[in-house]
Amino acid sequence: MSTAVRQPPEAGATAARKPATMGQALNRALRDAMRADPDVHVMGEDVGTLGGVFRVTDGLAKEFGEDRCSDTPLAEAGILGVAVGMAMYGLRPVVEMQFDAFAFPAFEQLVSHVSRMRNRTRGGLPMPLTVRVPYGGGIGGVEHHSDSSEAYYMATPGIHVVTPATVPDAYGLLRAAIASDDPVIFLEPKRLYWSKADWNPEAPEPVPGIGKAVVRRPGTSATLLTYGPSVPVCLEAAEAAREEGAEGWDLEVIDLRSLVPFDEETVVASVRRTGRAVVVHESPGFAGPGGEIAARISERCFHYLEAPVLRVAGFDIPYPPPMLERHHLPGVDRVLDAVARLQWESGWTERHPDGGGI
Amino acid sequence: MTVLEQHSAYAPTPPPSWRPRTDPAPLLPEAEPYSVLGGEGGVRESGVEPEAELLLRLYEAVVHGRRYNEQATALTKQGRLAVYPSSTGQEACQVAAGLALGERDWLFPSYRDTLAAVARGVDPVEVLSLLRGDWHHGYDSRATRVAPLCTPLATQLPHAVGLAHAARLRGDEVAALALVGDGGTSEGDFHEALNFAAVWQAPVVFLVQNNGFAISVPLAKQTAAPSLAHKGVGYGVPGRLVDGNDAVAVHEVLTEALDRARSGGGPTLVEAVTYRLEAHTNADDATRYRAADEVEAWRAHDPVALLERGLRERGLLDDEAVSATREAAERRAEDLRARMNQDPELDPEELFPHVYAQGTQQLQEQAVQLRDELAAAEFGDGSGAGEDRR
Ligand SMILES: Cc1ncc(C[n+]2csc(CCOP(=O)(O)OP(=O)(O)O)c2C)c(N)n1
Repeated sequence: MSTAVRQPPEAGATAARKPATMGQALNRALRDAMRADPDVHVMGEDVGTLGGVFRVTDGLAKEFGEDRCSDTPLAEAGILGVAVGMAMYGLRPVVEMQFDAFAFPAFEQLVSHVSRMRNRTRGGLPMPLTVRVPYGGGIGGVEHHSDSSEAYYMATPGIHVVTPATVPDAYGLLRAAIASDDPVIFLEPKRLYWSKADWNPEAPEPVPGIGKAVVRRPGTSATLLTYGPSVPVCLEAAEAAREEGAEGWDLEVIDLRSLVPFDEETVVASVRRTGRAVVVHESPGFAGPGGEIAARISERCFHYLEAPVLRVAGFDIPYPPPMLERHHLPGVDRVLDAVARLQWESGWTERHPDGGGI
Repeated sequence: MTVLEQHSAYAPTPPPSWRPRTDPAPLLPEAEPYSVLGGEGGVRESGVEPEAELLLRLYEAVVHGRRYNEQATALTKQGRLAVYPSSTGQEACQVAAGLALGERDWLFPSYRDTLAAVARGVDPVEVLSLLRGDWHHGYDSRATRVAPLCTPLATQLPHAVGLAHAARLRGDEVAALALVGDGGTSEGDFHEALNFAAVWQAPVVFLVQNNGFAISVPLAKQTAAPSLAHKGVGYGVPGRLVDGNDAVAVHEVLTEALDRARSGGGPTLVEAVTYRLEAHTNADDATRYRAADEVEAWRAHDPVALLERGLRERGLLDDEAVSATREAAERRAEDLRARMNQDPELDPEELFPHVYAQGTQQLQEQAVQLRDELAAAEFGDGSGAGEDRR
């Protein structure tokens, strides 16, 4: 996977880092991508004059004109369908779906065409398009505004599924998604749109490319595997865990960043070291991403494990109404409860540091 | 203070901004299907006689098309194709669609539109990959400017709109022609495609081949619209109604619509009235849902016969030319048969490399697994040493 994202023309200018939100970084990524490549076209509902309901496309129509950043009719299947045709002609469409649940009408185009066109045509008609989807809960949204739809996308071969959790990743991964010759579902954690970091938009730091996970917090006792909106939750849990247990737990936190392709190498290396793992996500647990990840870990790390891989996930319920969502979303306490269940009395791998000799 | 008192001005009617911007009258299709060959010595609306060269090309193409349909159906019975949705009875639409396109235009066919692709210049065997099942698609779409044959109904229509729109954004004089069946007009993608095309004034032409049935379901159960061509009006797209068994008329209507599209005039919806003379596919039994006399009535309006009569009336065709054309079609059918009777080359390892631009680790592992299985199978078959390994 290529990690090199072309820097914007101003790269190297010495403007200092200053606080920026994830939304601003995404906006900048779109702008820089459109400046760098005239084939990049942004399209979706309200993305033009309004700048998108989350303002991620703010100013693009003004700078690049409405042909490059277009308000489309309200029809998600149509939006993705015309994007397929535009990609066939050689453009690089970047489609915005207004909310997770409103991407569902586009599902047929995604599954039947976007994901298969390259394979169907033996590479003759690649689909270099990006579908940006604001996803996840925690913003007090009424019904249909808080879904975690990643499991559906992950179950569809032929597309990449990517989700940033930090400001630099928001920029770097979106640039990588737009530059990718494969279709990318780019899941934007809604509740992190306003999260801030010190960041220099004139010289954004390079980040690992699509397909790479990152260790956000090194640790030795257990590995928390997570992505998107649950990354800050896990980092907070890891801080709190230092005070928990007999001697405190030193938790490693891995931000997966890319659900497809899945970075097994980073995950396996960590779990083989720590011997314990918890997967954390908002998406319902049953048939969710955590099941796949836990299965892979048990296949690759069986002899290194002190305890079953646990999952902390959303309940297997339709997303709850906003006044109840805090009971549904995995929070610090639920993560720590899972960590406490990791069979700390077991010392098998300590006695067999090579994993029992495989 | 009442609401009335709060506002200084009072208007008895809504302000003008609500008004639709399009006069519907010019969008309406003709009341009867437009035809050139129908009736005695049929002529064009314009009075301009179609060029002999075009008539002969259309004739040759429908004769070849009919023979191609027969041959492909026979190959299906012999197990050489997995399935064949025949366009027998619809050859006029098929060849007119393939031949009306300009060199840089694109065609967006459905599973039934093999002949349109062949008329456009796609290799007659490569076009059958999907239906033979050796791959999902077998020709070079960019070189032929023919999108893959599309199976999920109407989903190819927004692709045509997007491609046409992209061409216009780049300043290229390119139009797209998208084919769909009468049943497909009930799908959401049909409506969304028409709407996008109209709003964007995309250079795209939609050709609905109304062949009377969606598998077993007749048009009356599909729509209550006055005609399928009327469906354009609601979107601001002009509709045309044409005799779909009259190759000359279909060719003329499509040529006009494509010219209009390329010169910035926007999209057109064409309904071609035709009939599916065969069952939906070789796997279907049409006697379960339609009467033989209905089929017979349509056989009397056969597109090949119609064209032959038209050409004979114009003195462009005699018995000799008719049999020469038939013989040429027979030779092509023989060639198709010979090529299709060769087993296609299959490479199981090709299942993996086209899924992504760069394979994932997981796919690479699965590719290795399959390679090992294939190697083991070969080993087992050949030397018998395979048994020892178990
Ligand atoms: C989305 C979708 N639903 C159902 C089918 C199954 N199907 C295949 S052909 C067909 C009938 C289509 O009829 P029509 O659009 O009139 O085209 P025709 O086959 O007559 O050319 C159906 C229901 C399909 N291919 N795609």
